[in-house]
Amino acid sequence: MKTFICVCLTLIVALPAAAIDSGQAFDDPELQARYENIISEVRCLKCQNQTIKDSNAFLAGDLRREIRNMIEAGQSDAEIAEFLVARYGEFALYRPRATGKTLILWLAPALFLLGGAVVLWRILRSRMALPIDDESPDGI
Amino acid sequence: MTRFIVPLVAFAILIPVLMIGLTRNPNELPSPLLQKPAPVFELPSLTEPDERVGSATYANQIALVNVWATWCPGCRQEHGFLLELAAEGSVPIFGLNWRDNRSDALRWLQALGDPYIASAFDEDGRVGIDWGVYGAPETFLISADGIVIHKHIAPLTREIWERDFVPLIAEQGGSN
Repeated sequence: MKTFICVCLTLIVALPAAAIDSGQAFDDPELQARYENIISEVRCLKCQNQTIKDSNAFLAGDLRREIRNMIEAGQSDAEIAEFLVARYGEFALYRPRATGKTLILWLAPALFLLGGAVVLWRILRSRMALPIDDESPDGI
Repeated sequence: MTRFIVPLVAFAILIPVLMIGLTRNPNELPSPLLQKPAPVFELPSLTEPDERVGSATYANQIALVNVWATWCPGCRQEHGFLLELAAEGSVPIFGLNWRDNRSDALRWLQALGDPYIASAFDEDGRVGIDWGVYGAPETFLISADGIVIHKHIAPLTREIWERDFVPLIAEQGGSN
């Protein structure tokens, strides 16, 4: 009885897994890998914090179908990205391309790191300028 | 004293930036189609399945393309206003019936009235993708030379119409 309940509960919990057409789209493992890689980096515009790989919104399904067709037609990843951006904007890509308006997104981490380094360097330098026998415990 | 000024100024700049961010609706995405040629398409007509309708149906005039579906509550909300607008006759409204069921859509038009010069039946959502549609209702304003000059996401109301659409239409009328 206990086992039966356990099995039933497990099946109920596992139900969402069947909601998305996550099955094999291509026989060729290389194409399948490309397909999975692309759909895990495209935003579902209907449900904005999910990728179209994780979403079962019909728009996500439609976009998966389009991407499948484009891969079948031999289009490159860049062409597929261009297709999506031309229709939905740069926001559709979880990994925005480093051009124009999105360049700041890519440069910001380096700029912050640089800013932090400059501040650190200045603090350390001013501390080094203090006399060695300074008694203040936190003299900056 | 001066060591407090820099962080304070930085803080004073950051706060308004973040506050503006709070007032924006993250669901309203700017359309990359704006100021670009509208997609050219042809689909079966919703009401006459044997006929083809599409961008040629409303070419060479200012027109609205309204994306609607019977499963979309916002579409029902704006339907009354679309009927009023159609009755005024200033701008033709072309319907893109998106990802819908034909019999439901026909019943909807029969029960509520049909504001559209024609509705295209986009059953698999392929044309919707070309328009960058991600939710209904969406309304596009197309100029006489086929350029997308405005996109409105969410139900259309008279207030929004007067504020966002009318000035653009007047501008177009002046230049024609």
